[in-house]
Amino acid sequence: MPKDGGIGAATTRREDVRFLTGTGKYTDDIQTHAECAAVFARSTVAHGIIKSIDTSAAADMPGVLAIFTGEDFVEVGGNPAGWLINSRDGEPMKEPKRPVLAHGKVRHVGDAYAAVIAETVQQARDAAEMIEADIEELPAITNMKDALAGDNFVHDEIGTNQCFDWGWIEDNRAATDEAIKNAHHVTTLELVNNRLVPNAMEPRSSIGSYHPGTGDYTLHTTSQNPHLTRLLISAFVMGIPENKLTVIAPDVGGGFGSKIYHYGEEALVLAAAKKLGRTVKWTADRSEAFLTDAHGRDHLTKIELALDKDGNFLAFRTETHANVGAYLSNFATATPTFLHGTLMAGNYTVPLVYVNVKAVFTNTAPVDAYRGAGRPEATYSLERVIDMAAREIGRDPTDLRRQNFIKPDQYPYASAAGLEYDSGNYDALMDKMEEVSDKAGFAARRAESEAKGMLRGFGVNAYIEACGIAPSNLVGILGSRVGLYDAATVRVNATGNLSVMVGAHSHGQGHETVFPQVVAEMLGIDPQSIDIVHGDTSKIPFGMGTYGSRSLAVCGSAVVRATEKIINKAKKIAAHMLEAAEADIDFTDGEFSVAGTDKKVSFGEVALKAYIPHNFPLEDIEPGLEETAFYDPANFTYPSGAYCCEVEIDPETGKVRVDRMTAVDDFGNVINPMVVTGQVHGGLGQGIGQALLENTTYDENGQLLSASYMDYAMPRADDVPYYIVDHSQGNACTHNPLGVKGCGEAGAIGSPPTVVNAVIDAIQSGGINVTHIDMPVSPHRVWAAMNNAK
Amino acid sequence: MKLNDSRTIQADVATIWAGLLNPDVLKECVPGCTEMSGSPEEGFEATVVQKVGPVKATFKGAVQMSEMVEHQSLKMSGEGKGGPAGFAKGGANVRLEADGDATILHYEVEANVGGKLAQLGSRIIDGFAKKMADQFFANFQDAVEPPDASDDAAPEEETKKKGWFRRVTGS
Repeated sequence: MPKDGGIGAATTRREDVRFLTGTGKYTDDIQTHAECAAVFARSTVAHGIIKSIDTSAAADMPGVLAIFTGEDFVEVGGNPAGWLINSRDGEPMKEPKRPVLAHGKVRHVGDAYAAVIAETVQQARDAAEMIEADIEELPAITNMKDALAGDNFVHDEIGTNQCFDWGWIEDNRAATDEAIKNAHHVTTLELVNNRLVPNAMEPRSSIGSYHPGTGDYTLHTTSQNPHLTRLLISAFVMGIPENKLTVIAPDVGGGFGSKIYHYGEEALVLAAAKKLGRTVKWTADRSEAFLTDAHGRDHLTKIELALDKDGNFLAFRTETHANVGAYLSNFATATPTFLHGTLMAGNYTVPLVYVNVKAVFTNTAPVDAYRGAGRPEATYSLERVIDMAAREIGRDPTDLRRQNFIKPDQYPYASAAGLEYDSGNYDALMDKMEEVSDKAGFAARRAESEAKGMLRGFGVNAYIEACGIAPSNLVGILGSRVGLYDAATVRVNATGNLSVMVGAHSHGQGHETVFPQVVAEMLGIDPQSIDIVHGDTSKIPFGMGTYGSRSLAVCGSAVVRATEKIINKAKKIAAHMLEAAEADIDFTDGEFSVAGTDKKVSFGEVALKAYIPHNFPLEDIEPGLEETAFYDPANFTYPSGAYCCEVEIDPETGKVRVDRMTAVDDFGNVINPMVVTGQVHGGLGQGIGQALLENTTYDENGQLLSASYMDYAMPRADDVPYYIVDHSQGNACTHNPLGVKGCGEAGAIGSPPTVVNAVIDAIQSGGINVTHIDMPVSPHRVWAAMNNAK
Repeated sequence: MKLNDSRTIQADVATIWAGLLNPDVLKECVPGCTEMSGSPEEGFEATVVQKVGPVKATFKGAVQMSEMVEHQSLKMSGEGKGGPAGFAKGGANVRLEADGDATILHYEVEANVGGKLAQLGSRIIDGFAKKMADQFFANFQDAVEPPDASDDAAPEEETKKKGWFRRVTGS
C-alpha cells in the first residue's frame, strides 16, 4: 500500500496547501475578543544606568491599562542558560541574571526597560513614547578583545566580560602545541565568522491569556519548542506550575534557531494577562526583530594547521573569541563550545586538536544558535585553512583533503575532537561531487569566463557535522542541563485513521508530510489517513523541539518506537480475533494473518475492535490502541558532504557571482527526497547569504547600523544559482531505527567555505596573491583585496 | 562621523564671535531650528525639526559652550533627543583666525546618532551631517557678512536676510 507514499517517496508537502493558499494560522493571526496590546519601550543606547523611569505621563494616555518596568519583575527569576560550561581552570562560567525587563542597567540597543499594555497597539505605542526614562549613557563595549582588557563591564556584578575560557581537549593542549612547534609546515589563518541576523519571515509574537476561574495560563508564541518554553517559564522565570500553563506554537514562519529560546516578552504577556484578566498580544515589528532576536555566529578565530612533509595533517589549533552579546541566551554557551569544538577534527585522521574559546559579553544583542550553530563556524575555519595550506604547499585542494580523509573501513571512528563517527565515505562523496558538478568541464568554463574578461574559480569543501541532538547521557556529562530525547504518541482512532502527536515542532521542515510516510510504511496503510499533531503542550506528551537537525533522527525514532508498540498490541488483538496464538501472527502490508493459513484481518478491523472490545480477554488486553514512546539517541548522527561551487568575479568591480553550486550529502536513509532537497536548497541560500551578502554591524557606540533591509543584505533569487543536489551516497546511520541523519542545517554549514574558497581560487587564477577575504565577500572587499595585492 | 572644514567670512573676528554666542543668530542658522533660548554661560535650549532619510522627528536638546577663549576659539557640544526616533549628539570645535578684514572660521565637527536614526539612517548620516554643517555655516556667513554691491541690487527679501545680524547689532 504505501509504496507510492511511504519511505523514499517524493510526495509533495501537504502543509503547503495551507501555506500556499494563505490559510496558515500564525500567532498574530489569532484574534480573541477583549484582546489588548503590549508595546515595549526599548533602550536607544547600548549601555547605560537606569536612573529613573517616569511612567506617569504615559499612564494618563488614552487606552492605557497597565505599565510594567523592571521593578515589577525583581522578585521573579531570570531566563537561564541551558548549558553549564567550565573554564580551563575548572571555574564555572559566569551567569549574570537575564531579567524579564531591564533593571538597573540597559545593556544593548533594544533592551526593553518598560512595557505598556493598552486597548490598541496604536495607543500602546503612543503611550510608550511618553515614558520618560533617565538613562545615563556609559561607554559601550562592542569589541571582544577590548572587552577582555578593560574595566568597563556589561555586568558589573561579575567583574569581567569573560563568560568562560574553555579548552577542548585540554589534555591535548601540550601535545598540540608541540606538534605545531615541530611541524614541517604550519598554515595560519585569522578570520571572522560574520555576525548574522536570523531574519525569519514571521517576526516573533506572543499572546498571553489567563483564566481567573481556573488559574490556567495559555501562551501562544512563535516557538520551535513549546515544551522547553513552558519548562523555562515554569521552573526558572515565573514559577507557574507546568500543569497550569499551556504553550501553543501554531504555524511558525521560520525560526533558524532564533525561536528556540525563551524571551522576556513571553513572560511579560503572561504577567500582564494575569494582572488585567485580559488576553495580551505582542508582535515584534521588523526593527525589533533586528534588535532583539538572538543573532548568530560572530566568532573571531585564529586557526593553525600543522602538516608533515608529505601533507599529512598533524594538528589543528584554534583560538576563538565568541561573542555572546549582552545576556546569555538559552543555548549561547553550548553553541561555541560543544557544537563547535567537537567538530574541529572535520573529516580527517588528524591526531591532535586543541580548541580554545573565550566567550565574551558585549553591549550587543544576545548571540545564540543559528542554522548550523557552531558547526558552520568549525567547518569554515577548517576548510578555509586547509584550502590555504594546499595553496601554500602547492597541492590540489581536493587531493590534499582526500589524502587525509577518514577511510570507510575505519568506522566507528574516534575523532581527535572527542566524537565517535558512526559511518561515512568521504571519497565517494567527492567522487560523486566531481561527477555531477562536471568538474572536468571547469577548465573550459574558466577559459570562457576569461575570454569575457572575468575570473572564474572552483571552490571545494568537505564537511561533517554532529546533529540529531542529542544523547542525553553524553550531553549531561558535557554540561547540558536538559536531556535531549523526544517523544511521540501514536493514537489509532476507532475508524482506523491516526493522529500522531510529536514533540518536534514543524515550521518549514515538512514534518506533516514526512512523519506520516514513516508510520504508513510501518503499518502498510495510506499516509493520507495519518495526521501529525504538534506544537501544543496540552496535546502532545512531551518534546524537546526542533533544532540541531534532530526532528527525524530523534522524534522520528520515537514515532517508530511508538508505532512498534502499536503493532505489538494490534497483533494481540488480531490473535484474539483470529483465534490464534500471538506468536503465529504475521503483519505485512497492513494485514494480520495466521502463518500457514488464509485467515487474516486488516489493520482497520483491528483498530475498530480495539475500541469495541466485545468479548475481549480484558485480563490480557486493554481496550484502545494508543501508544507513547520516548526516544533518546545513543549518539549524534554525522551527516557529511562534498560541496563545490564555481564563481565568476568581475575584476573591474569585485562583484562575485555564484554560477554553479553542487551539494552532495550523506544523509543516511532518505524518507522524502524532495523534502530533503528543499532543506538543502534553503541551507545553501542562507550559506551563500552569509558568504556574499549578510553582515551585522554595530558602531563603536553599540548602535546597530544594519537594522533594516536597506542595510542588511538578504540573498535574493538572482544571488543564488541553480543548485545541483545529490543524496545518493547515503550510508545509513548505525544507531537509529530509520538509519537517518539530519539534513536541515547541512547546506548552511557546507556552503560558506565553498564560496570563499572559490573566490580565492578565482582571484589567484588572475595572478593576484590574495590568500583570504573575510565574509561577506562583498564587491568592495574583493575589489580592495585585489587592488591592495597588486 | 567626523568632518573638518573652514570657511572665510567677510567680517571681523569680534562680529563673528558675538554671532556665535547669540541665540537669535543660532536659531536662524541651525537648519530646522524652531526654538532657541538661553545664553552662552548657561547653555542654550533648542528644538530642531529634521528628517533624516525615513526618520522625521522633533529633537529637543541642550547646547553647551565651553573652552571659550574670547575671539579665538570655543567648543559647542550638545545632544538632541527625538523620542522613539532616537538621538543625535555631537560637538564642534571652532577656531577663528583673522585674515585681513576677513576671518577664517575653522571647524571640526563630530556627530553620533542612536536608536532608529542609526538603525535606518546610518547609510546617509555622514552626508546628512555634512549638509547640516554646511548649511549652518552658510547661514552664519549670510547672517554676519555685510551686504555687498550685488546684494544691493537684489530683491528686498534677499537683502533682508543678508547681513541682518550686522544691522541689528549696529556693528
